[in-house]
Amino acid sequence: MMTHLYLPVDSLARAVGSDEVAVALASEARKRNLPLDLHHTSSRGLYWLEPLLEMDTPQGRIGFGPLTAEDVPGVLDALQGEPSSHPLALGLVEELPYLKSQQRLLFARAGITQPLSLDDYRSHGGFEGLTRAIAVGGEQTATEVFDSGLRGRGGAAFPAGIKWRTVRGTPAAQKYIVCNADEGDSGTFADRMLMEGDPFLLIEGMAIAGITVGASYGYIYVRSEYPQAISTLREALDIARAAGYLGADVGGSGLAFDMEVRVGAGAYICGEETALLDSLEGKRGIVRAKPPIPALQGLFGQPTLVHNVLTLASVPIILAKGAQFYRDYGMGRSTGTMPFQLAGNIRHGGLVERAFGLTLRELVEDYGGGTASGRPLKAAQVGGPLGTWVPPEHFDTPLDYEAFAAIGAMLGHGGVVVADDTLDMAHMARFAMQFCAEESCGKCTPCRIGSTRGMEVIDRLLAAPDQGKRTEQAIVLKDLCDTLQYGSLCALGGMSAFPVTSALKYFPADFGLQASEAEQ
Amino acid sequence: MITIFDPKTDIDLGTPARESQVQITLNIDGRSITVPEGTSVMRAAALMGTTIPKLCATDSLEAFGSCRMCLVEIDGMRGYPASCTTPVSEGMSVHTQTPKLATLRRNVMELYISDHPLDCLTCSANGNCELQTVAGQVGLREVRYGYEGENHLADVKDTSNPYFDYDPSKCIVCNRCVRACEETQGTFALTVSGRGFESRISAAGGDNFLDSECVSCGACVQACPTATLMEKSVVQMGQPERSVITTCAYCGVGCSFRAEMKGDQLVRMVPDKNGHANHGHSCVKGRFAWGYATHPDRITKPMIRKHISDPWQEVSWDEAVTYAASEFRRLQQQYGRDSIGGITSSRCTNEETYLVQKLVRTAFGNNNVDTCARVCHSPTGYGLKQTLGESAGTQSFDSVMQADVILVMGANPSDAHPVFGSQLKRRLREGARLIVIDPRRIDLVDSVHARAELHLALRPGTNVAMLNALAHVIVTEGLLDQAFIDERCETVDFARWSTFVSQPENAPEVLGLICGVPAEDIRAAARLYATGGNAAIYYGLGVTEHSQGSTSVMGIANLAMATGNIGREGVGVNPLRGQNNVQGSCDMGSFPHELPGYRHISNEVVRAQFERRGTSPCNRTRACASRTCSNRRWRAVSRACTARAKTSPRATRTPST
Repeated sequence: MMTHLYLPVDSLARAVGSDEVAVALASEARKRNLPLDLHHTSSRGLYWLEPLLEMDTPQGRIGFGPLTAEDVPGVLDALQGEPSSHPLALGLVEELPYLKSQQRLLFARAGITQPLSLDDYRSHGGFEGLTRAIAVGGEQTATEVFDSGLRGRGGAAFPAGIKWRTVRGTPAAQKYIVCNADEGDSGTFADRMLMEGDPFLLIEGMAIAGITVGASYGYIYVRSEYPQAISTLREALDIARAAGYLGADVGGSGLAFDMEVRVGAGAYICGEETALLDSLEGKRGIVRAKPPIPALQGLFGQPTLVHNVLTLASVPIILAKGAQFYRDYGMGRSTGTMPFQLAGNIRHGGLVERAFGLTLRELVEDYGGGTASGRPLKAAQVGGPLGTWVPPEHFDTPLDYEAFAAIGAMLGHGGVVVADDTLDMAHMARFAMQFCAEESCGKCTPCRIGSTRGMEVIDRLLAAPDQGKRTEQAIVLKDLCDTLQYGSLCALGGMSAFPVTSALKYFPADFGLQASEAEQ
Repeated sequence: MITIFDPKTDIDLGTPARESQVQITLNIDGRSITVPEGTSVMRAAALMGTTIPKLCATDSLEAFGSCRMCLVEIDGMRGYPASCTTPVSEGMSVHTQTPKLATLRRNVMELYISDHPLDCLTCSANGNCELQTVAGQVGLREVRYGYEGENHLADVKDTSNPYFDYDPSKCIVCNRCVRACEETQGTFALTVSGRGFESRISAAGGDNFLDSECVSCGACVQACPTATLMEKSVVQMGQPERSVITTCAYCGVGCSFRAEMKGDQLVRMVPDKNGHANHGHSCVKGRFAWGYATHPDRITKPMIRKHISDPWQEVSWDEAVTYAASEFRRLQQQYGRDSIGGITSSRCTNEETYLVQKLVRTAFGNNNVDTCARVCHSPTGYGLKQTLGESAGTQSFDSVMQADVILVMGANPSDAHPVFGSQLKRRLREGARLIVIDPRRIDLVDSVHARAELHLALRPGTNVAMLNALAHVIVTEGLLDQAFIDERCETVDFARWSTFVSQPENAPEVLGLICGVPAEDIRAAARLYATGGNAAIYYGLGVTEHSQGSTSVMGIANLAMATGNIGREGVGVNPLRGQNNVQGSCDMGSFPHELPGYRHISNEVVRAQFERRGTSPCNRTRACASRTCSNRRWRAVSRACTARAKTSPRATRTPST
């Protein structure tokens, strides 16, 4: 009897050895004359279990992980005998609490389907959204997106429906859809996982966007650090085009939409939408002043719908199931689900897609299982390298855009980097300034000069011989953060202040300061 | 006429003017102001006399939003928007001075100064530095970062350019030079290299400014708010103390300049932003090549010599004038009244030109006056007068900004009329389409972000054939503007012209062989010119300095009339002249057969009027008996040209421009 096994081709799974496991499986099966069919799927996003091998059983797929090549003979023994006897046996994968409790809309196919199998995609609900969008027409599609309450997942959380209506309502000879896949925030990986694992979902979302707003061409701007996402997307585009989902007549709609992948060149700032547009146009990626907003004058001066990968990938399910279905997830103005990404010093790193509203504590402690070191939690940086360091006293804040704004933090792209009590927050504050200095495009003065001065001030503060000098430098530092926050042209400079001010506020001792001094 | 520069006319409003039918009323610091829609908050404030500190903004360039000095507070808007990049909106309430803004501005200035040399007293921009001015405005009193941090103070100066220095240590990375090179000049020679703190200005295509693609137009120097890009003459002589408005005499663009002076010494020539031809732009010639004004080779004292083999002798003005006058009289007595004459220069003012022709016609008593325009654009004078009724170009330079199709024939604006060439390129970057008819592969054929859709590289001497082939396509393919023709052109003449150009021997397939240009390209050019929207023709000496120059000019005018491309903004027929006052020198009566105002010498009434006012012209109105009389020469030329012009559909009215 043929044994069906499933192993991810996701680049993170490969980085921890899934390719080696696959090779070991093949050679061991040959040795044993075991008829084996190994399916290369996407990843479940349960990264602490990768490489995660799954096998079909009548009850569902059972899993083993994390595996190494050396574990393979033992696993095959167990598969042929009593699977649950293996020490790395996980039982039914979909019954794992980490996964079972998730609300996977975007990542519904994660770990189940093969990334480049159009049949897999279609048999798991693929292109239902596009079909309905074509059936109901552009006006209704835009209304569904608006009514769903979907907000931009890149970090700014701007209501997607408003952008759609703006681009749709702006007459132009040429409009564009631009997908921002320059996922540069440290500790984030949802875009990559989706592009590598479920590329047709993004393509479907962009095709719906294109025919709805009247854009006949789209670009996916992928960072060069994601070679596998780039090659997977390119192959997927060819497959989708050959199947009629792209081209002169998208899915039989009579409307044209096609797209291509463009590769960045290693600049974090090109994840800022206007710098991304400049880069796409072949220029230096520097930030444009707004207005004009890209929805009116974007790529090559034409109306352009710019969205993050996750925003566009949320569209098919909104169309397939309706706005109300999507709206029912989440809390307040944060509707739908968000794929949170757990990283850093965390026991169970991975992707957790849940409706907005669970608390940071649930995410870090229940899903994440606390720190990997086992030491006490010190803080979590939410929303990327420019996010606020949130101390445990705020961990009961629900993951909701407004609730986070109320504590001076932000959800951003959903990345959560966890730190234990050994992390020096003064060092992390300096790192934030260093990051800003290295990634600044250099256009605006606060960011161009201020980030470098920020490092110098923190160095002086830490080297200060006495309390008085330290306090003096702390005042300069806070003044500088204020200048960055309110004076910068874009969010890079503007938000670089957050990790610094939050570190100062919550962890003054790391700077050699009294709480009262840090408050000044 | 000497105009003293008035600083009040030179206020930098921060961002360019916007035109709109819609007027927006807003409130700035409690005062109401109404401006056209699209105007920036910064400009609106400046128009009402409110200064908002700024460094990267200047009203010759589109807003950039990088310096963050111009932040304001606007009721109902989050944060502190930059006033340069924020357009006004109805009912908007703006605050330009608040305690928070004061802190932000001072703190941003503190960052600038933490990476800037503290050598104001010995700096070449001292007294004329926007950084210095704004630092004063925002009240910066200390730099808490100290001066030991990372900085650019030791960056090496680039002195390679003969006219200006680049001192990167003083650069505030406002990008004004880069933007001026792009937007104003259209050369794209400058960029910012490096990122973040490392950002510095860099000239493309070479290790330094001189080796780069820079054409030394000076737009970057003009735009620089500090001493980073500075004229060598200012470095050597110091800041000027006064300035005088003048006009550049190099080419037919006629750029307006401020001659910036120290006593009687010229320090630098600065393009005048109020100049209608140049709007503050310049080229290397007018901007930097003024050394001739004080060159030792220049003759500054009167000299005479009795014979060509004698050495020149310096004499007093009285002696020189007396000697010249007596010699004129002697020659006339010896050889006749027609034996002497005068030539006017198109580099001179209207007043000077007028006086020369008056001298010739009254004191010499003949019409032996002519002008340098004789050798360059007299075919324009004749051809346009015959066809349009007025021997002048029909568009202002600014009108090119409304052209959709631009046809350049026998001209190379980038080299010969660089400031207009830059404006033309700007329009091309905005989307206008270009046809070049020229044997040469001129710069415009393939320039940065501006290229010709069609380059008809015809054989020299085949202009008329080309124009007839274009006309053939327009007539036979039904691309005529019949309504315009019916209303504005003479029916009989038009019918003769259209019959003539429609003949099979004028088809591109036939004439293309003579021109050496594929017939399809000629047809495409004719279609584009006739149907591409507002079409404007610019031509130069490649049209006029040919034996069939006048006929070519008439052929050009005919194309414009036949397609209705004349008489409004964005369309027309434009000779690109050689000097700054060709038009004026012709207007003033420099041609022998025309008195001031193109009034013909053969008209008795006209002559009587001039005689009453003291200009007593030569009374020989028929072909002159004297072999050398220019009146005789003109008649002959005139007859020849009229014969060729018989196919012209003469316009019956003067175009409105």
